[in-house]
Amino acid sequence: MKDSQLLHNLFRTEYRKLVSVLCYLFGIKHIEIAEDIVSDTFLAATETWSLKGIPDNPTAWLYTVAKNKTKNHLKRNVFFEQKLSPEFKYAAQKSEEIVIDLSARNIADSQLAMIFTVCDPCISTESQVALALNLLCGFGIREIADAFLTNKEVIYKRINRAKEKLKAENIKIQQPTILEINDRLEPVLTTLYLLFSEGYYSSSQNTILRKDLCAEAMRLVHLLMENKATNKPSVNALFSLMSFHSSRFDARTNEKGEIVLYDDQDETKWNQELIIQGTYFLNQASTGDRITRYHLEAGIAYWHTQKEDTDEKWDNILQLYNSLLILEYSPIAALNRTFALAKVHGKEKAIQEAEKLNLKDNHFYFSLLGHLYTDFDNQTALAHFNTAFKLAKLETDRKTITENIKKLVY
Amino acid sequence: MNEFVLIIRRDMISKDATPSPEQMQAAIKPFQDWIGGIAAQNKLVAPPKRWDSDGRVVKEDNVVTNGPYAEIKESVGGLFLIRAENYEEAVEIAKGCPILKWGASVEVRMAVPTE
Repeated sequence: MKDSQLLHNLFRTEYRKLVSVLCYLFGIKHIEIAEDIVSDTFLAATETWSLKGIPDNPTAWLYTVAKNKTKNHLKRNVFFEQKLSPEFKYAAQKSEEIVIDLSARNIADSQLAMIFTVCDPCISTESQVALALNLLCGFGIREIADAFLTNKEVIYKRINRAKEKLKAENIKIQQPTILEINDRLEPVLTTLYLLFSEGYYSSSQNTILRKDLCAEAMRLVHLLMENKATNKPSVNALFSLMSFHSSRFDARTNEKGEIVLYDDQDETKWNQELIIQGTYFLNQASTGDRITRYHLEAGIAYWHTQKEDTDEKWDNILQLYNSLLILEYSPIAALNRTFALAKVHGKEKAIQEAEKLNLKDNHFYFSLLGHLYTDFDNQTALAHFNTAFKLAKLETDRKTITENIKKLVY
Repeated sequence: MNEFVLIIRRDMISKDATPSPEQMQAAIKPFQDWIGGIAAQNKLVAPPKRWDSDGRVVKEDNVVTNGPYAEIKESVGGLFLIRAENYEEAVEIAKGCPILKWGASVEVRMAVPTE
């Protein structure tokens, strides 16, 4: 492996661990100091390793240097220590005796605590996702900007504002108590699901980056599953859902990076290992007395792993969408439910219900109507696809709609 | 938009009551489709719950009798809240109830808007 590649990989895996451990140690007020120390550590690695070669155990090297830099910082900066001391977990100890615990256990604990801090509802979900990518996943500002299809300035501001807000609210970096977990887990799962969707549905052409985002979201959910207190059925259901979706990652875009619709996908490209993994965790999730949206969505995703159109498949999907909508309304679920309704009860019935949905500013709504009217009343179908085209803003969506119009006209 | 309560009543005491348990069983999916269709329009305020068929009726002087349906054949089978513009729309929605054909009824009542 090339040296630069090694350092890049180490940065990916170790940066976030070190930042989490130091933030956990210092408290929310000193996130920047933690980040500075870790950045310095990697800078030192770049310089030293290029002169002296890569050490035998690069990770241990990084940990030792980070520990020393932290101790030096604390020794040098008496003022910092005083300011820090009220919330400093090792405040009673002298700086020479400070234990910077980089054991696997403490790294896991720190990361878990940081997940709950970053996903605190006092900041917007949009900011939570950006901050999670930055602090929990070690993504740079530019990468995050690429994923969000925006510029660095916007992300930089968003992250800084979020950090300021967390400080102002004095959010503690700590693991939630058993009693808090149910309440606090919900927004965390929402954010991690959003992070995943950002990667899965992003129209960014950067496939590697998009895959990375999905993988990171899954890693964080996995972290929650590794801890007994947070290993809840809803967490397993979310992991299952992500596994099912990921199984289609390679099949849902072509060589040109264009979206391939479900019906046109080559199912031999679906990743069977991920499907098996999804099924396993869906079973794991089937305990307790609460059915969450993740259970229902994972169930829907499970049935989509069966390519063949059977009555059983669509019947189940329809019932799952019914339950999902009863639990929580969303326009996309309403549209998908109507699509399933057409499969089970025919197009006529589905058109009746579709026309009641009243989603007149949503291009997917008109695409759905276009599909329902196709081979039933092609003139009306065409009119709906045209409306969809006018409403769609993304190039990828417009392309899909154009394909549908072409199928209708020729 | 106004809120309406939809109260489904059906015979739960007669021996040969309809809908029968088999008919109720057969109505599960159509019932879910009906509620799902309301939810898909974002008009479901509070979903139906499953109520048992046991029940008690409480009256003056600590009189408690078994069953919420001691004297009438129209017991409450279920109730839920929806959003609709007016009675006309709420009634249209209520007409979708899949057990009407077996003698059930749906009472539609509008919540009086709070000032």
